[in-house]
Amino acid sequence: MAKAPRSKKTATKSPAEDTDFVLHSLQDALDKKKRYDASTEQMQSFYEQMLLIRRFEERAGQLYGLGLIGGFCHLYIGQEAVAVGLQSALTEGLDSVITGYRDHGHMLAYGIDPKVIMAELTGREAGISKGKGGSMHMFSTEHKFYGGHGIVGAQVSLGGGLALAHQYNNDGGLCLAYFGDGAANQGQVYETFNMAALWKLPIVFVVENNQYAMGTAVGRSSAETEFYRRGTAFRIPGMKVNGMDVLEVRQAAEIAFAHVREGKGPVLMECETYRYRGHSMSDPAKYRTREEVQDVREHKDPIEGLKKVLLENGSNEDDLKAIDKDIRKVVSEAADFAENSPEPEAAELYTDVLVEEY
Amino acid sequence: MAIELKMPALSPTMEEGTLAKWLKAEGDTIEIGDIIAEIETDKATMEFEAVDEGTLGKIMVEEGTEGVKVGTVIAMLAGEGEDASAAAAESTEAAPVVDVPGEGKDVGRAESEAEITKPVRKTDVRDPDVPEGTSFTSTSVREALRDGMAEEMRRDERVFVMGEEVAQYQGAYKVTQGLLDEFGPKRVIDTPITEYGFAGIGAGAAMGGLRPIVEFMTFNFAMQAIDHIINSAAKTNYMSGGQMRCPVVFRGPNGAASRVGAQHSQNYGPWYASVPGLIVIAPYDAADAKGLMKAAIRCEDPVVFLENELVYGRSFDVPDMDDYVLPIGKARIMREGSDVTIVAYSIAVSLALEAAEELAGEGIDAEVIDLRTLRPLDKKAILTSLAKTNRLVIAEEGWPTCSIASEIIAICMEEGFDHLDAPVTRVCDEDVPLPYAANLEKLALIDTPRIVKAAKKVCYRD
Repeated sequence: MAKAPRSKKTATKSPAEDTDFVLHSLQDALDKKKRYDASTEQMQSFYEQMLLIRRFEERAGQLYGLGLIGGFCHLYIGQEAVAVGLQSALTEGLDSVITGYRDHGHMLAYGIDPKVIMAELTGREAGISKGKGGSMHMFSTEHKFYGGHGIVGAQVSLGGGLALAHQYNNDGGLCLAYFGDGAANQGQVYETFNMAALWKLPIVFVVENNQYAMGTAVGRSSAETEFYRRGTAFRIPGMKVNGMDVLEVRQAAEIAFAHVREGKGPVLMECETYRYRGHSMSDPAKYRTREEVQDVREHKDPIEGLKKVLLENGSNEDDLKAIDKDIRKVVSEAADFAENSPEPEAAELYTDVLVEEY
Repeated sequence: MAIELKMPALSPTMEEGTLAKWLKAEGDTIEIGDIIAEIETDKATMEFEAVDEGTLGKIMVEEGTEGVKVGTVIAMLAGEGEDASAAAAESTEAAPVVDVPGEGKDVGRAESEAEITKPVRKTDVRDPDVPEGTSFTSTSVREALRDGMAEEMRRDERVFVMGEEVAQYQGAYKVTQGLLDEFGPKRVIDTPITEYGFAGIGAGAAMGGLRPIVEFMTFNFAMQAIDHIINSAAKTNYMSGGQMRCPVVFRGPNGAASRVGAQHSQNYGPWYASVPGLIVIAPYDAADAKGLMKAAIRCEDPVVFLENELVYGRSFDVPDMDDYVLPIGKARIMREGSDVTIVAYSIAVSLALEAAEELAGEGIDAEVIDLRTLRPLDKKAILTSLAKTNRLVIAEEGWPTCSIASEIIAICMEEGFDHLDAPVTRVCDEDVPLPYAANLEKLALIDTPRIVKAAKKVCYRD
């Protein structure tokens, strides 16, 4: 066999040889400048996207209540700034994204038609997965959105594989892998941290810390609740980000993405956020008080927060109201579409099990 | 237009509940997020939250009402600038939702269309012709597997190998010997001992467009990774409506080796063969190992490729052909016969062939079939042979319960009953974890005499 050059897979230095590793190197950069300088146009676009997610999810909750959506349905209400802030910083058509089962918001942040998302929730043929996936299993390879995974933590190692593909193809892209504070206790997350750091994979791990793993508060399930520190054992720099502020999330994304694109390996970003609704629709929410939820809504809401900035920067109340009205219309149409389009043909039962015929 | 507020469901199985309490009164202003009412079932209490703003119009179901059906209009909400009393006037009879989709009813589809269409299997596929005059080289199964991988790696830049000790160590069982030298560390990747993680990375890389070959040092260790093999690799194409493929090969030795104890000695063929969305291959000889390895790597579907440590060192003739690719899902008749069929796969094929020799000495002409692929199973080959011999024995190095053998017995009962002259019989390992002691291990594992005995029995010659 021919000899291949014995070139190292990545940079010559292994992470263990890097004596300069500092956990907080990226945090320092963020602390120097917390918020992204967004143009009014950009802010308006963030506002629209977040509002679309909010209204979409509210409607999904309603349709669930009416029995139009079945099974599990995990709403993203309260967490909108995370997906919108991060995904707005991606290079479209190059970078890949993967997440868990709370995936509607990430799809919408890509600008994917709300109709095909809602139709997937109602299990219709026009759904983005032809009605075969449901709320937790939606994908858009066109946007390099790789799902939509129902096994808690599995998306982290799959994301490692997507990052490996970027590195292998040398395409300059990165993978954004989201997981929750609950998934952060799964073993495979750390297996992936190890390999990602060892091989300097272009991946940003994002912990969406919404404070509760189903009904278990972080303090009751995690010995280390500062999730951004959890990459320390693997020499992965960590960042702690206010996930309720879309401009801070975007700024953090700029810093993290630049680090990863320089070939320096993975970043672990913790976005502190909050989910207003239950873990899933059937959550009785006995593990927290109504006051706690109300307090976040009143003081930290990502949409209200950005609205304030927009108003300070010359937008007026009427313009924003008009945006809301338009979005309600879009969501209404999506719901009507999802309710009225047909279920999949019975013949679809056996399609897509395998790609090839044998 | 006034909005109807309907009785919500707390879960997909909830059909009715109690409207425990109204927290807003008629005429109250409602903001988004306000709690309007409390709903109770035997399992939970839920707060009914407003998702629209407006003024509460007429309350149509009084608090304390039990057995309120999901979907019943419980109140009206007047929008901005609307008259709440008008909203009340507009209200109609509370009618429950008649057709609840998601519960199996065909919304917008005529009943006659609701037919299940199972895909038709290809029937005309055969092994490629080996042209007359083709030379053969005696090759070990180990080398044949390596050659298959190397050829595909030369052909397709996207193909790479990852696993424990596959690169510098040259493979724990030397199956990847020489690959690092030829293809370099980018395409032959040593992983840490971290099966769940690297199986996920392999599956993810396949989703991202590469063609990974993930080696498990043995399939016993793949138990740690079985979630990715099944939940990630096998189901994604279906869950995504055909959008997202996962063309990955999971390979490594499977089944009992020699004196390695219970945790290192298990046949996972039946486990993986039970999963829709997977291709499961378990070859016996070197030519099949090479030809099917090449097919597995080219396959657009996820493949579990089960090898056998005890067979790695055995040599067989492999045709010297540029591109020897075998069809997936096709069994092979290893020996033709007319009195009894012995179906086997992997290492049990050699035992079946030995048994056939012995039976020939006693005047019984046995046909031996090597399944080669366990999913999709070549039912046609089994049933065709059964129609010829009318007697069938399955030889399987693995546990008998819920085995490939059990599956074949079911197929023969359902689709070959009229051809049966004797009960289909299975010869498997004993139903125990594999013991270490040499004598007990020998007792636990399938062997040639047991196959001979079973074959004679179905021929009523015992």
